[in-house]
Amino acid sequence: MSDTILSIKDLSIQYVSREIGTCRAVNNVSLDIQKGENLGLVGETGAGKTTIALGILRLTPKPQGRVTSGTVEFWGEDLYKKSEAEMRKIRGEKISMIFQDPMTALNPIDPVGDQISEMIWLHEKITKKEAAAKAANMLEMVGIPAARYKEYPHQFSGGMKQRVVIAMALACSPELLIADEPTTALDVTIQAQVLDMMNGLKKELGTSLLLITHDLGVVAEMCDKVAIIYAGEIVEVGTTRHIFKDTRHPYTKGLFGSLPDMNSHSKRLKPIHGLMPDPANLPQGCKFAPRCEFCTERCTKQEQELTAVSPDGHLVRCWRAVEEEGGV
Amino acid sequence: MWRYIAKRLLSMIPVLIGVSFIIFTLLYFTPGDPASMVLGEQASEEAKNEWREEYGLNDSFWTQYFRYIKDIVTKGDFGDSYRNGRSVTSSLIDRFPTTFLLAVCTCVVAMLVGVVLGIVAANHQNSWIDAIARVFGMIGISMPMFWFALLLIMFFAVKLQWFPVSGFYGPRYVVLPAIALGLTHAASLMRITRSSVLDCIRQDYVRTARAKGQTEGVITRHHILRNALIPIVTAAGTSFGIALGGAMIMEQIFAIPGLGRLMVDGINQRDYPIVRGAVMLLALSFSLVNLAVDMLYAYIDPRIKAQYQGASRKKQKTEAEEVQA
Repeated sequence: MSDTILSIKDLSIQYVSREIGTCRAVNNVSLDIQKGENLGLVGETGAGKTTIALGILRLTPKPQGRVTSGTVEFWGEDLYKKSEAEMRKIRGEKISMIFQDPMTALNPIDPVGDQISEMIWLHEKITKKEAAAKAANMLEMVGIPAARYKEYPHQFSGGMKQRVVIAMALACSPELLIADEPTTALDVTIQAQVLDMMNGLKKELGTSLLLITHDLGVVAEMCDKVAIIYAGEIVEVGTTRHIFKDTRHPYTKGLFGSLPDMNSHSKRLKPIHGLMPDPANLPQGCKFAPRCEFCTERCTKQEQELTAVSPDGHLVRCWRAVEEEGGV
Repeated sequence: MWRYIAKRLLSMIPVLIGVSFIIFTLLYFTPGDPASMVLGEQASEEAKNEWREEYGLNDSFWTQYFRYIKDIVTKGDFGDSYRNGRSVTSSLIDRFPTTFLLAVCTCVVAMLVGVVLGIVAANHQNSWIDAIARVFGMIGISMPMFWFALLLIMFFAVKLQWFPVSGFYGPRYVVLPAIALGLTHAASLMRITRSSVLDCIRQDYVRTARAKGQTEGVITRHHILRNALIPIVTAAGTSFGIALGGAMIMEQIFAIPGLGRLMVDGINQRDYPIVRGAVMLLALSFSLVNLAVDMLYAYIDPRIKAQYQGASRKKQKTEAEEVQA
């Protein structure tokens, strides 16, 4: 497994506040990303996707956010054992992140070019001038004329801002790119452009990608592997083929049921009923049980572990799915 | 940008005219007789009347007001003091540097203590440092300024004898009044800084900066503070404007010959030209400070700068169209 660039083991993150008590945002999540691989992390709003991403970079909001268990290993080294100074060298240079909302992710008072060159200058031993030249190149690479280097975020459209954010994240050719819903804030036309661009750049730079999204279409286009996350837990993980063609977990099935399908004649979508449980008050047993149509008594009492349902790494956290497998 | 400044300067004219009218009216209707203040209560009614006639106080309200404005506009003359016949302009010019110095020192103290404490408190929200800062803020705002000044005098001037008790003959005389005034301003500045910085700390771009691997120092100084600066600059500007008007109480306590005392003496002695002049100067400096604050906004925030430029650019465009037509 020497190709494993990032290995998250048993990661749990809680938010503690006096008003709402303890929010269990991420519960015992384990994930591996291989070099050059694209892993999709799919789940509803509030499932804990962004918290996982921030947990990798050790940027969970302080003092509310607390990592209560688990390790995050980057090339086999535990990031949580590193000093703050060592962490700063990793952030941006080795692991960089594209943030969800381009409208707020850029500092409104700095020219966009400077925001990119700040990153380059921090990590590479070059003069500010050279960093600026490189930042201008990055802008060109994402399709923004270098002449706009000195312009401010408010002079750009949302799509262009997102491209600036992407240019920033890729400026130091990171080994791992975490993209937190890079296309959610964008129009569909721009979405395709941005995804294309990210794919192109990825190939050029050989970067691994952790793509956080709730858009299964984007996952199908971009990812090699997919992890479905629900209420802070991974409920199903496997190759994109496993997830799309051999869906096992009722929640994953529900996600697909919520998508309009051009080929079928059914007029109604099949949304998943109910809401995700409150992370401050998670149910005992399977977290999805209250919304699951196959829920049995055992589901409400005890939770299934992530269990392999095929020899090539398709894991599911569901009694029924695992039993079906055993029965066949 | 220059167009914007010019526009703002022009718009001060109606403000100043308004202020002059209000202060003139107020003083006109204020009870008390300048003639008896100057000549003494025992002076004969005839002498008083003659004096009033000489200073034009027997004319109608409008005549007096327009004469006042006319003298200012045509001769730059704010009148002469009833008391000693000195021109108001030269009295103001005498007093202004003292008040200006005190105002600058006050602001420096207020900014140093208030802004630094506010940032530290915000960075350690809900810690003991924050608690101390908040208590300081509450005390600073609710404690009477004159009382605090008297405590300072008692301790540092009388007991320790580090600084002189009162008067104004050199830099050492500025220290205590500047601290007394500065700390009261610092308290409110601290509260504004704290909340403004707290707002910015949670912004996404701060997280972006961290994700870039930027150091905490630069994040606080550049990414957080520069974004938090607008309310701070506003508050500091107001503080400076108030201090420029002459801290009447402070100048009284420390016997500082500044604008504040000039004004208080003027009011006591019904020396109307002095009071009017001082108020006009105050209004002018307040307007100028406000303009400076607005200019600082543009320097801090490119979005505001774009607005200023956009406004004048739009105007240029319409003017160009008019020329074409």
